Amino acid sequence: MPKELLRAENLTKYFPVTKGLLLMKTIGHVQAVDGINFSINEGETLGLVGESGCGKTTTSKLVLRLEEPTDGAIFLDGRDIKEFRGPELKDYRTQVQAVFQDPWSSLSPRMRVRDIVSEALVVNRDVTNKERDDRVEEVLNQVGLRKAQADLYPHEFSGGQRQRVAVASALASYPRLIILDEPVSALDVSIRAQVMNLLVDLQRQTGVAYLLVAHNLATVRYMAHQTAVMYLGQLVEYSPTEELYENPLHPYTKALFSAALPSHPDDEREEIVLQGEVPSPINPPSGCRFHPRCPFVMDRCSVEEPVQQDVGGGHLVSCHLY
Amino acid sequence: MLRVAQGCLPGACKVKERAIASNHGDTVLEVRDLHTYFFNRWGTTKAVDGVSFSLREGETLGIVGESGCGKTMTALSLLRLIPKPAARIVSGEIILDGENIVEKTDKEMRQIRGRKISMILQDPQTSLNPVFTIGNQLMEALGIHRKGDRKQMLGQAVDALRSVRVAAPERRMDDFPHQMSGGMKQRVIGAVAISCTPKVIIADEPTTALDVTIQLQYLQLLKEIQAETGLAIIFITHDFGIVARMCDRVAVMYAGRVVEDAGVRDLFNRPQHPYTQALMASVPQMERTDRLFAIDGQPPALYDLPEGCRFADRCQHAQDVCRREYPQTVQVQERHAATCWRLDPSWTEPALAGSVE
Repeated sequence: MPKELLRAENLTKYFPVTKGLLLMKTIGHVQAVDGINFSINEGETLGLVGESGCGKTTTSKLVLRLEEPTDGAIFLDGRDIKEFRGPELKDYRTQVQAVFQDPWSSLSPRMRVRDIVSEALVVNRDVTNKERDDRVEEVLNQVGLRKAQADLYPHEFSGGQRQRVAVASALASYPRLIILDEPVSALDVSIRAQVMNLLVDLQRQTGVAYLLVAHNLATVRYMAHQTAVMYLGQLVEYSPTEELYENPLHPYTKALFSAALPSHPDDEREEIVLQGEVPSPINPPSGCRFHPRCPFVMDRCSVEEPVQQDVGGGHLVSCHLY
Repeated sequence: MLRVAQGCLPGACKVKERAIASNHGDTVLEVRDLHTYFFNRWGTTKAVDGVSFSLREGETLGIVGESGCGKTMTALSLLRLIPKPAARIVSGEIILDGENIVEKTDKEMRQIRGRKISMILQDPQTSLNPVFTIGNQLMEALGIHRKGDRKQMLGQAVDALRSVRVAAPERRMDDFPHQMSGGMKQRVIGAVAISCTPKVIIADEPTTALDVTIQLQYLQLLKEIQAETGLAIIFITHDFGIVARMCDRVAVMYAGRVVEDAGVRDLFNRPQHPYTQALMASVPQMERTDRLFAIDGQPPALYDLPEGCRFADRCQHAQDVCRREYPQTVQVQERHAATCWRLDPSWTEPALAGSVE
């Protein structure tokens, strides 16, 4: 049984919408994340999928402690991360790292690779120069770059290599969890496989856990152990990846899966075309948030919010159909 | 396999119709040996280096390849919108509707763009002007090609919006781009592109900026418009899923040249070029989770191209001949051609080269 590393309980983040300049009045809230629960085990990957604006990035910011939750809490090894101060917070920052989508903007153009890679280490831990250089060499080696490349600047690398630098800098401080926010979508097709294989290998070698935020379902299937499907700030389905892809239950998950493009022209698949677009998270629909677009909508869907249920094997779904 | 949703409401679900039509009409566009080069003080960048393909009425051609392989420059050459004076169409012919547009003057081109060939760009946020209304931008295109009073044009603009399934088109005419969502903006761009009933539309990765569910809506819309009007579409993409969903024929480009050209089924069933094979194997799929095949290395720089096959340095099968000389295009079967030494009769597979150290 793998040990639980991080747990989110009833995690909620509302952003106020204000009006006026001097006498600011709050006229509403963007309900970016609304009461979600999930956990990540050591050495495993949780995939978070959903359309843009559904709260994926806010969730990852909350885990990185770049945003304070409005309600609910995140626990690392059973301890609330809100409580961390001073050295404990620094320690948390080394334990949880991130790799972002676009390696053209996530790496400072004025820093050498050595400084980029070792930054988290230098800021948060006391290390000697020797230790630092050894560690940089070690992680560059792990991500498939040469030692000599530590003295280069980011513009001297191609997109795939830059993303390797970003992964190296996340790895340098011996993290236990890395947030991967769309790690391959800015890369070229032939490079994506290189980076995805690298991430999977690193997980096997170092036992690091990943929170993978992505909208490409095939990427999530390839990398994630558990998958959570988000819609308008809520988790509509949460299950072991294998089970979810074999047996999607929530109508939104089904629609999302059927919208994934076929892998062969003869791939006959029923396409559920959702009408309309994701509603505004300022005034989310009543009841089940998916009901205005759901092909299976019933009377009670607009009134009653569905409760999350376990349909067996850790497969959780929030829908009145089940 | 995905399980199929049961008990769909009428209209909510549609079974995918994927009949690949083989009885297309006449050839509307033919590109012969097109070369578009960039000239600068350091040398020549061969962005498009001998591309040929043809397109028939109602047909969809996919152009697939990595960034920097010349897909977009091919498209811009077709519209004669390549950046001047750095780039020039050095040689080749583009026969659009019976006329060679390489020889046209700029003034003549203005009559052709929009009316015979038009383009949908990748990013809907940047291809609409933020300070003009949707109606204004639609009528600009109409005003160049159609004569008639403002009232008539207004009607045509509303019709164009309706044809891309924009709800309440009369009201939307006065909206500014920022009042619309990304998917809606991309529809408006589609409306501008088809408003003057062109024969060919070039869609340059039109859905990469959209969400998956919106992408599906948009792809379906394009198919419907194509079925109604007999448009020929050139789909530029790097996503084999879009190719499988949309295209009848595919041209795979690498470093400025077409390396494989085939019908979509042939390409998926019997890919011939090692680049096509590698690219397909490196794409993660919904049904499979085994380790991905990764293509090592980078594409060559277009200003410093190798003598021989441009893929040789990344190819598993490469031999000396590949690095020495560019291969001939081999017709594998009817309407399926690939450019690779392995298809040459002189090619011999090395006997277990891996065991020789």
